[in-house]
Amino acid sequence: MQPIEMSAVDLVAALRQGDITAVQCTTAFLDRIEATNGTINAFLAVDRDGALTRAADIDARRKAGKPLGALAGLPVALKDVLCTTDMPTTCASKMLQGFRPPYDADVVARLRNADAVFVGKTNMDEFAMGGSNENSAFGPVRNPWDLSRAPGGSSGGSAACVAGDMAPVAIGSDTGGSIRQPAGLCGITGLKPTYGRVSRRGLVAFASSLDQIGPMARSAADCALIMETIAGHDPGDSTSLAVDVPRYTDLLDKPLAGVRIGRVPEHYAEGLDPEVAKGVDEAFAVLKAAGATVHDVKLPHAKYGIPTYYLIAPCEASSNLARYDGAHYGHRAEPGKGHRAEPSQQADGFESPLVEMYCRSRAEGFGPEVKRRIMLGTYALSAGYYDAYYAKALRVRRLIRQDYLDAFQSVDLIGGPVSATPAFKLGEKTDDPLAMYLVDLYTVGTNLAGVGGISFPCGFTKSGLPIGFQLQAPPLAEPLLLQAADRFQRLTDWHRRRPKTTGEVKA
Amino acid sequence: MSNSAPYTTIIGLEVHVQLMTRTKLFCGCSTKFGGAPNTQVCPTCLGLPGSLPVMNRQAFDLALRAALALECTIAPFTKWDRKNYFYPDLPKGYQISQFDLPFSSDGTLEVVDPKGAFEPRRVGIIRVHLEEDAGKSMHDEAAGTGDTRIDLNRAGTPLCEIVTQPDLRSPQEARAWLNELKLLLVYLGVSDCNMQEGSLRVDANVNLHIPQPDGRIAKTPIVEIKNMNSFRSVERALVYEAARQWEDWQATKAEMGKTPKQTRGWDDPAGITRAQRHKEESSDYRYFPEPDLVPVTVTAEQIASIRNGMGEPPVSLRKTLASKWTISPYDADVLVNQGRELVDYFEDLATRVGEGKVASNWMQQDVLRILNETNGTVAAFPIRPAGLADLIGRVMKGDFDTSRGREIFAEMVTSGRPVDEVVASMGISAVSDDDVIALCRELLAANPKIVADVKSGKEQAAAGLIGQAKKKNPNVNPGKVRATCIDLIRGMD
Ligand SMILES: [Zn+2]
Repeated sequence: MQPIEMSAVDLVAALRQGDITAVQCTTAFLDRIEATNGTINAFLAVDRDGALTRAADIDARRKAGKPLGALAGLPVALKDVLCTTDMPTTCASKMLQGFRPPYDADVVARLRNADAVFVGKTNMDEFAMGGSNENSAFGPVRNPWDLSRAPGGSSGGSAACVAGDMAPVAIGSDTGGSIRQPAGLCGITGLKPTYGRVSRRGLVAFASSLDQIGPMARSAADCALIMETIAGHDPGDSTSLAVDVPRYTDLLDKPLAGVRIGRVPEHYAEGLDPEVAKGVDEAFAVLKAAGATVHDVKLPHAKYGIPTYYLIAPCEASSNLARYDGAHYGHRAEPGKGHRAEPSQQADGFESPLVEMYCRSRAEGFGPEVKRRIMLGTYALSAGYYDAYYAKALRVRRLIRQDYLDAFQSVDLIGGPVSATPAFKLGEKTDDPLAMYLVDLYTVGTNLAGVGGISFPCGFTKSGLPIGFQLQAPPLAEPLLLQAADRFQRLTDWHRRRPKTTGEVKA
Repeated sequence: MSNSAPYTTIIGLEVHVQLMTRTKLFCGCSTKFGGAPNTQVCPTCLGLPGSLPVMNRQAFDLALRAALALECTIAPFTKWDRKNYFYPDLPKGYQISQFDLPFSSDGTLEVVDPKGAFEPRRVGIIRVHLEEDAGKSMHDEAAGTGDTRIDLNRAGTPLCEIVTQPDLRSPQEARAWLNELKLLLVYLGVSDCNMQEGSLRVDANVNLHIPQPDGRIAKTPIVEIKNMNSFRSVERALVYEAARQWEDWQATKAEMGKTPKQTRGWDDPAGITRAQRHKEESSDYRYFPEPDLVPVTVTAEQIASIRNGMGEPPVSLRKTLASKWTISPYDADVLVNQGRELVDYFEDLATRVGEGKVASNWMQQDVLRILNETNGTVAAFPIRPAGLADLIGRVMKGDFDTSRGREIFAEMVTSGRPVDEVVASMGISAVSDDDVIALCRELLAANPKIVADVKSGKEQAAAGLIGQAKKKNPNVNPGKVRATCIDLIRGMD
């Protein structure tokens, strides 16, 4: 088997046993990126030299019998929302084009310490805002299963690079479904851990109370392996949980006997694609066959998930993105004709040269979706609107969280579709922001409740597009999520299927 | 103050004090003043993408200490909020502050003028909350480019904001109250309250209440005064502003509520307040809970432990000193207002001298005079309590008279040497009782007229002997000469 077809677990074992060197492994993926990224556009930056230097160093240390990290030599792709000292961090925004952080994100530092090899930074929706990856300032990502379709988003580059065999593992971030939805549309496995399980330090903030970093890979077992490295308490993130990290990989191979899985009847409402519905039903059947029981549960406030999410996330974003003002770093507009003039002589009604610089830098640096959300959030937080919008959204959020906690009194997991349709065409929803917001319908609840969720492939449409299945679990029940997904993957081979484009796409 | 004024001046204050922590409120950077620009910064206080705040509990505890000393109610649960606005010295585009759930509220601090210049004034504290400071913008006028330079060393320094009720009734009271607040905060070790370095900043809200012929009270629009950089400026600005509002009232009869609250800046050299641009006061800060921080809880045990370590605040220390050393409230006030170190010096001295009143007089007439003249601190004062007690003891014993004592004191300050060495170097030696008696006998023999006058009851005639005694021996104590001479004359019969 070629390295690019191997799972992360197998690669780490092969590297450890010396069946393959880190340089060979890294080279294989880099070559694959070189051959296909021109088409897929999954990577915004590829660090060939850095990756090979690091791989050679790992090989040398292995040869010398020196201790190595748990992921020694494993290529990893990083969503370009994670701060890295050795590669730019742009959030797929013109605003941060060429920006190099002076520090590594906590997850990046943990992966470095584990001797993972970073191959590059992956494309995404600008500042993680979007569900199709079409909001990237550096061009959309193509879905390896059908190049005319979107990979989902916002971690579209991370999902596509794993689906397209450009990296065995990618790190994504999930604010309203940004790991799980693209994982579903690209036929890979993606885990959004419990809020606070993985440190957010160095994750460029979109919506701080919802953002969570997680692994995207070919299987639940691979996700479990990565979680052992990236999860854990970080004193530098006040919202990080001071809870020990289990050995996720040791907890995988367990039967599902006695595990109660909830099914939400409302998930089957209008809008759910029949082929997706069929795939989801079949997934429940597999889980039942594995010993789990399925029960209907209610999430009474789930219908308010989208409006609640689209108030809270933009409110936080409007504040989180205020720092991109051109004053200290990032894009700054060239001085205009009114620059440095007296306020009374300002061009275009700007009240001062400073305000003009702010306005023009932000107007030029941000894309339309980012601007839309900044405006939504600014409006909703404004005096006179706060109570009706933001404060009310916070109350509904508490109800949604309570729904989940209540449901988890009677079931261990909640299953269902991850998105209503398989991958949609590029450009299909770009003119309709509301339709685009609905792609998060099944995923935002997890973030609002702060619990964990995993997405994995459960079938394919007749036209050959992957169908995703989602499981959600109570806080910190990642072992059960991974165990159930892993059991499912031991009984099915959907996750082993490769896109037809594999090997056919040429740069 | 002036009962004659046709109005009452209503004043409330907003005070920001920097807390004396080693590190900033949400990161580990140093808070030291005066470093080269942008050398005490990190991703968090620079507001770099992805950076996160972590609360400095020491800062929170210092703020708690201040709030407890101000008799505030401490919230068992408090949270942080973001105050959003754009400014180049605010690198995140928001300030982490406290909005609707400050950690403390409903306190009070009384100010009393020991000479009774105004009635004791108990000033309510609406709230005390904690927030991070912004950086500093320096407009580079010299370069002529209009460029602005930003120093973010101060960004993230912990600030306590103290907001009073509009309880003050004169500019003089406001200044006295600020002095009392500063004294308290310095005693507590909460802040150095150095206005030059910006560690204490004051804004004042002021308006006038004007009784009307129909019994109604007309209220002038509230004005917030900013840019005052000393307590003296605060007093001057308030005096100016009250007069300006009175004139304005007479001309316009404009009342509160009919015009929006105005912000005016104090121009110290010109001695006037000027209206500031409207824009700033109409800003909407879009406060919302800071999602990067967790709420803070405060337990009764934590409060108790902070109370225990707090030390005695000035208000009770004044009473303690007055009763323990039987000195006047005025004297206690003078001593306490000089700060904890001087009080410690005084108490050491008073213990050694055994007479509080005597020690207090020496402190006020001699030690404080020198400290004021030299702008020195008691910690660096060359005479330590033991040395000064030695001198005072010998003056009390009659070895030297008080004016001689002062000469010795001055020399001790200059030379830093102990009493004995100074006395020797000045050629002063203590005069024994036998020597005094011998000298007096000599004088009486030489002055029969004075002897006769004293015998006839004119004791004051003995004064004529003192000048002669001093000439013969400059070290003699005049009081002793006088008493000895009178005794000798009485014993002649
Ligand atoms: Zn810092």
